[in-house]
Amino acid sequence: MSAVEASGKVLLDADALARTLSRIAHEIIEANPSIDEVALVGIQTRGVPLARRLARRIEERAGRAPELGAVDITFYRDDVRVHGGEAPLHAQPVVRETQLDFPLEGRTVVLVDDVLYTGRTIRAAIEALFDYGRPARVQLAVIVDRGHRELPIRPDYVGKNLPTARSERIQVQLVEVDEVDRILLVPNPEEGAS
Amino acid sequence: MNSIHLVRDDLRPPGPPPRRHLISIADLTRDDVDRLLGTAHVFEGSLARHVKKLPTLKGYLVVNLFYESSTRTSSSFELAAKRLSADTLTVKSVGSSVDKGESLKDTALTLGAYDPDVIVIRHPQIGSPQLVARETRAHVVNAGDGKHQHPTQALLDLYTIQQQVGPLEGLHVAVVGDVLHSRVARSLLQAFDLVGIRCTLVGPPALLPRQLGAEMTSDIGAIRDADVVYVLRMQNERMQAGANYVPSLREYTARWGITPERLRPGQKVMHPGPMNRGVELDPRVADSADSLIEAQVRSGLVVRMAVLYDVLTGGPTGVRALAAAEVA
Amino acid sequence: MLWSKERQGDNVVFRGARVLDSVEGIDAILDVRIDNGVITAVAEQVSANGHRVVDATGLVLAPAFVDPHVHLRTPGREDEETIASGTSAAAAGGYCAILAMPNTDPIVDSADTLGSLAETAKREAEIPVGFLAAITRGQGGEELTEMGELADAGAVAFSDDGVPVASAGLMRRALQYASVTGRLLALHCEETTLSRGGHVHEGAVAAELGFAAYPSVAESVMVERDLSLAAYEEQQVHLLHLSAAESVAALRRARESGGRASGEVTPHHLVLTDEAVRSLDPNVKMNPPVRAERDRVALLDALRDGTIEAIATDHAPHARHEKDVPFEAAPFGVTGLETAFSVLYTELVEPGLLQLATLLERLSAGPSRIFGLERPRIAAGAPANLVLLDLGAVTRVTADGFRSRSANSWLLGRTLRGRVTMTVAAGAVVYDGRRLDGARPGAEAPASPAAERE
Repeated sequence: MSAVEASGKVLLDADALARTLSRIAHEIIEANPSIDEVALVGIQTRGVPLARRLARRIEERAGRAPELGAVDITFYRDDVRVHGGEAPLHAQPVVRETQLDFPLEGRTVVLVDDVLYTGRTIRAAIEALFDYGRPARVQLAVIVDRGHRELPIRPDYVGKNLPTARSERIQVQLVEVDEVDRILLVPNPEEGAS
Repeated sequence: MNSIHLVRDDLRPPGPPPRRHLISIADLTRDDVDRLLGTAHVFEGSLARHVKKLPTLKGYLVVNLFYESSTRTSSSFELAAKRLSADTLTVKSVGSSVDKGESLKDTALTLGAYDPDVIVIRHPQIGSPQLVARETRAHVVNAGDGKHQHPTQALLDLYTIQQQVGPLEGLHVAVVGDVLHSRVARSLLQAFDLVGIRCTLVGPPALLPRQLGAEMTSDIGAIRDADVVYVLRMQNERMQAGANYVPSLREYTARWGITPERLRPGQKVMHPGPMNRGVELDPRVADSADSLIEAQVRSGLVVRMAVLYDVLTGGPTGVRALAAAEVA
Repeated sequence: MLWSKERQGDNVVFRGARVLDSVEGIDAILDVRIDNGVITAVAEQVSANGHRVVDATGLVLAPAFVDPHVHLRTPGREDEETIASGTSAAAAGGYCAILAMPNTDPIVDSADTLGSLAETAKREAEIPVGFLAAITRGQGGEELTEMGELADAGAVAFSDDGVPVASAGLMRRALQYASVTGRLLALHCEETTLSRGGHVHEGAVAAELGFAAYPSVAESVMVERDLSLAAYEEQQVHLLHLSAAESVAALRRARESGGRASGEVTPHHLVLTDEAVRSLDPNVKMNPPVRAERDRVALLDALRDGTIEAIATDHAPHARHEKDVPFEAAPFGVTGLETAFSVLYTELVEPGLLQLATLLERLSAGPSRIFGLERPRIAAGAPANLVLLDLGAVTRVTADGFRSRSANSWLLGRTLRGRVTMTVAAGAVVYDGRRLDGARPGAEAPASPAAERE
């Protein structure tokens, strides 16, 4: 549970977030006539409750629920690099479980994450996914695209495009994790790629 | 218990913070142990897939330096490194320049020239991991130094108990056999202390070091009360002329051998291997459903993966300790 | 017999030192004059006679030290120490005489070997050296050496130091026969079937670290055996490097019932406990090992009350590469000649645990008395055997600061207070570490030869 941050400009409140999710759910249904072939896989941590909410909205609209899974990318990160004698670059993040209880073959996997930034997290998630199986195609849904891509990764479904400065941080807060739904813009020193 | 300091650490010039090593259980806090066991559990998930490798340690070099023969431990470390996509190099003393009298220091310097990230070392003398740490820039993992410590064994034992029996706090484990000569026992004692496991040492008086300050008795009946009976190897050398720790193997087996009659139903049995069937452990017990020996071996792989990952990265922060409810 | 290089006696005047010789009953600010190596005046104002004057204001002038237990590694391991380097180290430590142990290669068990050592000493020794000869041939514990011939050749005493005389029967014979020579038996007490392969004291530290251990009883059981035999044969014995409280108790009992037994203790046994072994530094590995606090306290009490009359360094040089290995692989032994006074002053006298006068007596009068050597003393007519001490000086012990060829000291990196500034042995100034700028002595050569011989 992260502390609720008081400082920061509110970019989206709870209502705006809800509307955004509904729109994305609608777009996923439009792009994928056969929901049975779709799997929503949330990227730990906040991508997971987001994927769950999308799955519920899809079920409400389309009458059928897509498969739901979660992937943890801790062991696929490219910034684990520590050389003998030095201290680790970052405190390593929380490790949660990867749960993919369905076969990936033949499916359209929609990766779901809160913020798209450099693209490195998505790359790691794709690699993790392919260690589990071979999906037919992979799509990407994010709530916020804040720019500054360092890899050729592009989202298929975007909630909001919010250009930011590198020194700023977008913080997505969700009821399931942070007890409130909102998206904040926080001025912060550069932390790490996401 | 006090921690073991690196040899002549105070004579090292000031600089970046000391590297992480795993030389002794005394190097670890309770949080470290929880974290390691949690990470091991996550790795178990990946081993259930078809693609068992993780790219986490790609580009790292893990060197195994084994001065004592050991198929079990050296292959466990080698596989653990490979499963994390690290490059590995295993050096066994037999057939190497060590045979020609090359000192440990010189061997360390030679291997250090390859700039290994981790050196896993098993050596018959106490303090050998510290010597390697001093002479190289690698992170050092102790796979057994003399009779001092075997920390990854204790960790995989904790993991096995947690998976197979339940939450560690409050459990009672009886360690039976030659404690005096056992680095596994020394690591276990410290590990149990960290996680709140009560430990009773049982064995012949000459093989129980009085000065350890632990609960100990020569009465094999004391194991009745334990949730887990951990059996140590009883070696032939202990009976030899001049040693006389016990008069004969037969006497040992008669008084301290773990037989079905000595166990309660449901009591689990563990052994670090290799086992002397029929000596410290009755074959019926070794092969029974209550024996966790196979589970120990399987645990060894994921726990060593967790150790390699942790020693190189400082480990993830904030992993919740696995609650009993999550144990499959 | 003690041998050293031929030297002319020096002419020096020490002005204004605190002259401290408790046996002579002196503790006062006085001048001391030496003419041709003999003390000619000890008084408040002494005329200089044109001699070199050493301003000793604020310094202590005491009888120089005698170390009855030193390993010079010659013959056989001259890479570790030679007679020249060992005596030079001793001079820097304030010693005017040392006795060397016979466990060399070859062992000193024949008059020939002893004779050739004597010749080497006459060429090389900076201070007088005496040599002990072995009790048994090759120190094998089976046959006595020809003690009579060895005594005639100048052996100062007999010892199998390094190993015990395992057989009680042979020990008895040794006691009986040594009486013929009038020389002392100096005994290394260790029941090897109990100490078997032990690297450290058997206690909590060894139990925790997994070391094969050497219990106190391994020493005390042998101490008691040897004291009983000595009492039975009515012979005097000297117990080497005592380490255990139980051994001290046995020695005390023997002395109280009238036995003529003496004991020695090393600086490391007076200062360290087995906790020091946690560092796994092979420079804390000795035989006998440093033991628990209760043993250290018992040794200190015995030193204080005179049950233990002598401090001996058991200076045991080892080649660097031999100590640069894991603890269990390292040989036993540490050097000590150059640091003995400083460490005991810092750790015992400064904190008030031992009086300076007692320390000085145990370093000098005690050892010389036990071995029948002439006692260094500050009195008119006595040969000059003096040490000048700067109690306020501070030294940092470093590997390159030793005159000994070896640097396996347990004090590396430590800062000590109290330093030997000058040593006069058998009438000659053998060490002069004074510098105008007060810099660390010992590494540099003494002042020009002309200044030394006036």
